[in-house]
Amino acid sequence: MNELLIYSALSLGGVAAGFAVVLYVISQRFKVEEDPRIDEVTQMLPGINCGACGFAGCSGLAEALVEAADSGDVSGLSCPPGGSETMKQIGEYFGFEMGSTHKTIAVLRCGGSCSNAPAKTQYQGPSSCAIAHSLYVGINGCPHSCLWLGDCEIACPFDAIVMNPDTGLPEVIPELCTSCGACVRACPRDLFEIRPRGKGKAERRVWINCRNTQPGGVARKNCKVACIGCGKCVRVCNDIVQAISMENNLAYIDPHKCIACGKCVPVCPTNAIMATFEPPKPKQANKETADTQA
Amino acid sequence: MVTVKTFPMGGVHPPENKLTADSPIQALDLPDEVSILLGQHIGAPAEPVVQKGDKVKVGTLIGEGKAFISANVHSTVSGTVKRVDEALDAAGFRKPAVVIAVEGDEWEVHIDRSPDLVTEITATPEEIVDRIKTAGIVGMGGAAFPTNVKYMVPEGKQVDTLVINGVECEPYLTADHRLMLEHTDEILVGIEVLRKALRVDRAVIGIELNKPDAIEAMTQSAARFPNIEVYGLKVQYPQGAEKQLIKAILDREVPGGKLPLDVGCVVNNVGTALAAYHDIQKNRPLIDRVVTVTGTSLPNRGNFLIRVGTPFARAIEAAGGMADDVAKVIAGGPMMGKAVPDLNVPVTKGTSGILLLTKAEAEQRETVPCIRCSKCVEVCPVGLEPYLLEKLARVEYWEQSDEHDVLDCIECGSCTYICPSNRPLLDYIKLSKVKVHEMRRASAS
Repeated sequence: MNELLIYSALSLGGVAAGFAVVLYVISQRFKVEEDPRIDEVTQMLPGINCGACGFAGCSGLAEALVEAADSGDVSGLSCPPGGSETMKQIGEYFGFEMGSTHKTIAVLRCGGSCSNAPAKTQYQGPSSCAIAHSLYVGINGCPHSCLWLGDCEIACPFDAIVMNPDTGLPEVIPELCTSCGACVRACPRDLFEIRPRGKGKAERRVWINCRNTQPGGVARKNCKVACIGCGKCVRVCNDIVQAISMENNLAYIDPHKCIACGKCVPVCPTNAIMATFEPPKPKQANKETADTQA
Repeated sequence: MVTVKTFPMGGVHPPENKLTADSPIQALDLPDEVSILLGQHIGAPAEPVVQKGDKVKVGTLIGEGKAFISANVHSTVSGTVKRVDEALDAAGFRKPAVVIAVEGDEWEVHIDRSPDLVTEITATPEEIVDRIKTAGIVGMGGAAFPTNVKYMVPEGKQVDTLVINGVECEPYLTADHRLMLEHTDEILVGIEVLRKALRVDRAVIGIELNKPDAIEAMTQSAARFPNIEVYGLKVQYPQGAEKQLIKAILDREVPGGKLPLDVGCVVNNVGTALAAYHDIQKNRPLIDRVVTVTGTSLPNRGNFLIRVGTPFARAIEAAGGMADDVAKVIAGGPMMGKAVPDLNVPVTKGTSGILLLTKAEAEQRETVPCIRCSKCVEVCPVGLEPYLLEKLARVEYWEQSDEHDVLDCIECGSCTYICPSNRPLLDYIKLSKVKVHEMRRASAS
């Protein structure tokens, strides 16, 4: 009995020792030296692996940052959800002065709500914007409109997008949005744009709330607040900062040139320009149009 | 007992609902205005060759297909060009189109409008292929693939058989059925024309057994054409799908990602054969087609000969108008057709049917979880696993979808039809196909 115990203990112990030696040799021979800084930088990043930086997850960005720090140039690398604070912390870690990055936010560029662009058809298919977009023009007839099915809401990893049942449109909650860009990728109609949060605590920003490139008459048939490409906003802005450009019947406000004065907002005949603040009162000449809109 | 020819794998048998099988083809009155889309076919849209204010006749060229895969477009009415801009396509998107105000009904002089049958084929094979391109002939079964492209057989490929599709396996549709009954001889001469263009000795026609009168008429007339054989096929959807048809009649399997050409066949619809007859023997380009306008709510439903560009609303009006309980208007048949978002969409060369479903008929049951019954796998005529492809599409695993051959799907809809959980399988598979194509293009560039 005793013998059996001893033999088994010895043979098993021998096998274990043999494996231990093999494993030790392998681990020594094929050792991968990893820069300990990568791990530390990864710890400083938000750890949500959203991919907004362009790398596959936070460790990807960390690796790129370490490499860039060694070469002495970290420009072009940033963490949108983390924002300038995270980058500042990482800069301190490497002993670099990080250029301040704009705080950004996802902005929906469509005003095609249930009331502005009423439904003309019923949709029976699966509740997915991607599928609806591949099937037909959309519930309200505008080929650029939001489809009201909420692929962005599902895609948002921070629950910062909520579909408003009253308008049908998604709403971005500024406090939660990290501008990771998941909604930009999820929207089959490219309605979201990552734009600077804007000046001051009030985050003053102005944008064209439409993506429709059809001629004005056609666009207006489907939606009351479509950009009709009239160019009034362009003319107003040309006297100030030339931030608005017009292409394919659609105006675009360059957020880096825009000073958020809000003067373009009241001149838009279709209310297609949105602002996060109360825009200035229109001049006398425009009073009539403003009245009819109100 | 003789075994009935059919494809060996999968398939379903939805209620046939051929409500208009006994309605003779009737010409629809000319509309006041037609919107002729320049991209009615698969491939690049044609480029307009007319301007606002131009006078056109029936058969005047208005759009030229310049790309390799493209087709010419002709005026289908006589009148004045009102606009060269855009019109709604069947999905509701605005696409380049020529809008013509109708004045009278004057035809181009070179078109032979007499009903006499011209059996002697004087054109050479090269001329036929050339003229098929000029006449803007596309597949009339629904896909609208430019016909001339199928006849440009690449070097090194041998074709021995022309397969003619008279199956019409979609429920409700009877346009091809009526064509085979009323234009039997023209279709057979058309097949001879296509056979000559392809330089083959054998042409076979497949017709589902639910059209015994069409089989009889075609068999009788085909007796005069020694190279044409007629086959009755089992009533099984999708018998009329290109690859399934080849397998059923000739027992040749077209591998995934390959074309019928790779197994020595070219497949054309009976409507295409008739169009070829009109073109080569009568000098008449493709300007109209037979459309089954049907639905239980339509009192005057039937098969209408409609000029391309006529709005759906006109055809529905002629068939008895929209009833109050109509909930869905479908371009094509119920299995593969698409619901249209607007009644002003024009009839195109590929519109085989206009189907009106009432609210009760269009009702969809609630989608519930998959119960792994594998019925979708059983009925898939290609041998795919639709439940898996749907799952992969929902989690956006496009690479795995590609590995599971999602691109071989022929979009027949049998899986969605049979699913007891009412899952939108085909919707997700179609999305997958788009994404896999995008992915492949991205990795190729």
